Amino acid sequence: MLRFIIRRVVIIIPMLFIIVSITWGLIRLAPGNFYLGERKLAPAVEKNLREKYGMDKPWYVQYWKVFRNFGHGDLGTSLKYEGQSVNQIIWRAFPVSATLGLCAYLLALAVGITTGTLAALRQNSWVDYACTALAMVGISIPNFVLGPLLVLVFALTLFWLPPALWDGFPSKSIVLPAITLSAIYIAYIARLTRSGMLEVMRSDYIRTARAKGLSERAVVMRHGLRGGLLPVVSFSGPALAFLITGTVVVERVFALPGLGNYFINACFNRDEPLIIGIVAFIAIAVLVLNLLVDISYGFLDPRIRYE
Amino acid sequence: MNNAENPKSAPAEHLDSVTATELVVGTSLWRDAWRRLFKNKLAVLGIIVVAVVVLASVIGPTVIQRATGYAYDVIPKDTRLNKSFAPFRSPEGGFSWTHPMGTDNAGRDILARVLSGGQISLMVALIATLVSLVIGVSYGAIAGYVGGRIDDVMMRVVDVLYSLPYVIIVIVLLALLPARTPTGQLAELFFALGAVSWLTMARIVRGQVMSLKHQDFILAARATGVSTPKIIFRHLVPNALGPVIVYATLTIPSVMLSEAFLSFLGLGVRPPRVSWGSLAADGAQTLAIFPWQLIFPGVTMALMLLSLNFLGDGLRDALDPQMKKQ
Repeated sequence: MLRFIIRRVVIIIPMLFIIVSITWGLIRLAPGNFYLGERKLAPAVEKNLREKYGMDKPWYVQYWKVFRNFGHGDLGTSLKYEGQSVNQIIWRAFPVSATLGLCAYLLALAVGITTGTLAALRQNSWVDYACTALAMVGISIPNFVLGPLLVLVFALTLFWLPPALWDGFPSKSIVLPAITLSAIYIAYIARLTRSGMLEVMRSDYIRTARAKGLSERAVVMRHGLRGGLLPVVSFSGPALAFLITGTVVVERVFALPGLGNYFINACFNRDEPLIIGIVAFIAIAVLVLNLLVDISYGFLDPRIRYE
Repeated sequence: MNNAENPKSAPAEHLDSVTATELVVGTSLWRDAWRRLFKNKLAVLGIIVVAVVVLASVIGPTVIQRATGYAYDVIPKDTRLNKSFAPFRSPEGGFSWTHPMGTDNAGRDILARVLSGGQISLMVALIATLVSLVIGVSYGAIAGYVGGRIDDVMMRVVDVLYSLPYVIIVIVLLALLPARTPTGQLAELFFALGAVSWLTMARIVRGQVMSLKHQDFILAARATGVSTPKIIFRHLVPNALGPVIVYATLTIPSVMLSEAFLSFLGLGVRPPRVSWGSLAADGAQTLAIFPWQLIFPGVTMALMLLSLNFLGDGLRDALDPQMKKQ
């Protein structure tokens, strides 16, 4: 187990190196520059700009500079948001994305597990069909359609909730973004819970639990769910991927000041340090979280062994 | 060997009867699958909706152009028409069949745009799935058949790629290196989407090939001197086709969703071309005043994704009853 963890931690470093290099290469390959806008610059001005941002140096010097700065934990200064360091921007934007993602995931766990379990316990009843249909619809409606539709109904017609605002966690403004982001998780978690529970409820240990006279409630809550939820735990890995794409869209739709929104803007603005900084940050977050998910399997399911 | 070259009549007959029964079993597997598929009401519904949307997207734009003169990029010359009308509304405020889905801010017919967008979205999804199919099947089959060290390395590469946040890299790629022409942009999309969606396919094919390669027919093929590439692509891949078809059907909606996601962000299909994602992005801008600009492309797309998912699930249940969820 310890060897497995060490090996996985060690592999994070070369992977981070690859990701940052690809991103840096793409930025370099792209024609033009961040300061090339509509206006034509005087040669002297352009020369000064290039000197200021170190673009007059050979490529390997610039490439090396990226990693040297990384080593110091300094991601550089944003080109677009003048005077702000990339570290500052990330630390301001990340809590927004993290809060949103966490709320959406917890909401999805609560709703998804409940509906999935109900569907499994009443297999082939109307409850089951309704839950299955709901899950299918949740997978099929893209979040960039669902979000605006929710805004149309709850913000622009009923005036219950704000259409686009960020007030932090306990506020009305997080409701619509969180629901939009969680739709696809609810669908997947409900499906996984349903099939997991169906399999578990037929197993011998459930029969034993029933035979020793436990109430149906205790059988389901204490014995059924523990086994039935394993597929949901393994879903946490892929869920991370959904989380990234999802937050980018949802932050865009609701104009939230999160990491995804900054990232898209940085790409359009060719804000090189900010792009590389956010890519590296997301990559580290994803790699570390994936590792944690893999480790947690071992604790939750004693049948899994790592070599 | 000698026996095979000079077969006596009795063993030959025996051999013939064996191949005959095996052929019957082989065809009935597919026939069974078809029967099971058509018994599944949701899957049949999915097939019908997919067929209707595909047909409408292929011939619809031409029909509309003949009937009303509108195409996805036709802006009416009359400046009084250059604004958004509600569905079935004529410029005078009465009822009209000209724009069943209304018009957008420039007065372009939304039905024509949704159908043309359908062409692009379907094409991107199909070609990107094909790209992922070709890469995934070859990669997985080779890794599974060759095995050993090479398999280890190849699958470790897949593991590493799996944990990369590829969406981020695709966004950087499409934002910083936009193609010069709309067609080039489409090609870039095929490449970007296809190149990132072959990983699961490779794993599935590898698993299938590994369980097949120790069976007698492969041993027989190797004994008669069939070359390794031929064994992989003529004998192993066709036998692993069931799960491949199922997964490919499920890849189509997921690629379609990715394309729409990128187009929504303004990174995928560029104007004047349209796709469902870019139409939804345009519609979301004017949501409060002209909701039909978002609702029609959004709902068409959701309907298509729903149907494709039903079809994929139906195919999975039909082709592989053991994989069926209870």
